Amino acid sequence: MELSTPRSPELEEALGPGAPIVVFDKVSLSFDDTVVLKNISFSVITGHTKIILGASGSGKSTILKLILGLLKPDSGVVWVNGERVDHMTERQMLNVRADLGMVFQEGALFDSLSVAENVGYKLSEELRMPSELVRARVEEMLRFIGLAEFSDRMPSELSGGQRRRVAIARAMAAKPRILLYDEPTTGLDPITAVTVDNEIIKLRDLEDVSSILVTHQLRDAFYVATHEAEQRNSGMLEIVHADEDKVEEAEFMMLKDGCVAFEGHAADLRGASDDYLRTFLS
Amino acid sequence: MLILLESWMKSALQETQEYVRLVGAILRACVTRPFYFRDVVDQFEEIGIGSLTVVVLTGFFTGAVLALQSGVMLDQFGARPFVGRLVSSSIIKELGPVLTGLMLAGRVGSGIAAELGSMVVTDQINALRALGTDPVRKLVVPRVLAGFFMAPALTVVADVVGIIGGWLIAVYELRVASSLYWLSVVEGLFLQDAWMGLIKPFFLGFAIVTIGCHVGLRTSGGTQGVGRATTNAVVASSVAVIAVDFFMTRLLIPLLY
Repeated sequence: MELSTPRSPELEEALGPGAPIVVFDKVSLSFDDTVVLKNISFSVITGHTKIILGASGSGKSTILKLILGLLKPDSGVVWVNGERVDHMTERQMLNVRADLGMVFQEGALFDSLSVAENVGYKLSEELRMPSELVRARVEEMLRFIGLAEFSDRMPSELSGGQRRRVAIARAMAAKPRILLYDEPTTGLDPITAVTVDNEIIKLRDLEDVSSILVTHQLRDAFYVATHEAEQRNSGMLEIVHADEDKVEEAEFMMLKDGCVAFEGHAADLRGASDDYLRTFLS
Repeated sequence: MLILLESWMKSALQETQEYVRLVGAILRACVTRPFYFRDVVDQFEEIGIGSLTVVVLTGFFTGAVLALQSGVMLDQFGARPFVGRLVSSSIIKELGPVLTGLMLAGRVGSGIAAELGSMVVTDQINALRALGTDPVRKLVVPRVLAGFFMAPALTVVADVVGIIGGWLIAVYELRVASSLYWLSVVEGLFLQDAWMGLIKPFFLGFAIVTIGCHVGLRTSGGTQGVGRATTNAVVASSVAVIAVDFFMTRLLIPLLY
């Protein structure tokens, strides 16, 4: 089932491996007198993972909302999937969002819909796919996240971890090329958080999704950066320690008061000597 | 004091601007694709069928109490047999539309504000947008269409039940002959009255639902904000019902009579 938004051969080549799929160039945003982002610049490479860390209120979630076009920057340029989105109208943004998946804090599942209806929402309501194809894709996604038997449950009947995993399945149902995670493990116990982290790793490594993970949970950030999913010959899926090249594909960015305080890889972050970073890491 | 007044004026103007913008988006969404037909049907059922009980009860007791009160008054002029005329013209022209509107403001306006407000504070509206759905088309337009078309239908129900309530009181309490009551009802009614009572509810329904949606979509501040939004929606839509009723009556009198 091919669902991702079709690209021209030129764009496909331009956004191929090693090319930036999301670019922020000197982006600033304020709400009234509060400065949220100050001259932020960074890029996300196709197939890589960008992990955005920072204290509460440092502007992490705002970055995801700017990518989705839910907010517009005061100044600066935002490129997503080869399109400049910072000046797009809501209607124009709908095409860009077709290739984006977002996992909200707490899941943001639709209360009035069952798990299966939540996961298949975009396919049936927006893409108007035939119901049998929707059902097949929903079953595939629920199997992937290990919640196949929960398809008829309502969101209120799920635990916090299950809600996040269903939210991941919903975001991934239409096979977007970019997945955005907004604090997907906040409020979860460590064991449940690992199951959510494993879904993020599986999607990144098996479905070739470029990911941006916003979190302030260091343990989860390092886990996602240093592990990879491997499909064994027997068909079994395993989450194992990643090799050095794979670890290099996860880039960390630390925000402090709306500015970038650090950008680099897991090893660079662990070895950082800056007082703020040391405090954060400790 | 001046600063307070200035900030109040500014926020009132901003609210008005956002409301007008929402109405514009609703009108645009009504005539362009995509259209969520299933949601429209669901809302017709939720707003129309769901409000039937409260509207029937309100209409019945209003008609009954109107007959009771006017019977006493008409007795002073020996005009008790004309009670049907007073009940029908009062209910059809004024009380039916206004009381149905107020009931809808309480039931539907508050429900919409609470539902949409909860969706805002739990990020469900942002999730809808992220999934490529315009919340105005998916959530607002079906509710507005249902409010616009079901308010007149519910008003007709309230009118009929109100006149029946008046009939019961006229016959069993005031001892007016049944045939005399119905003759008086028909004699007291003119086509213009029926138009007046039918046209107004379209605008009342539109005002109630659009205010509920506007307040709900602008909710902030967590669950406390949802409570505040619900109260605001009921207050604003109730006042709007009375105000719209006055302005529509003022507009329709020279047009119809």
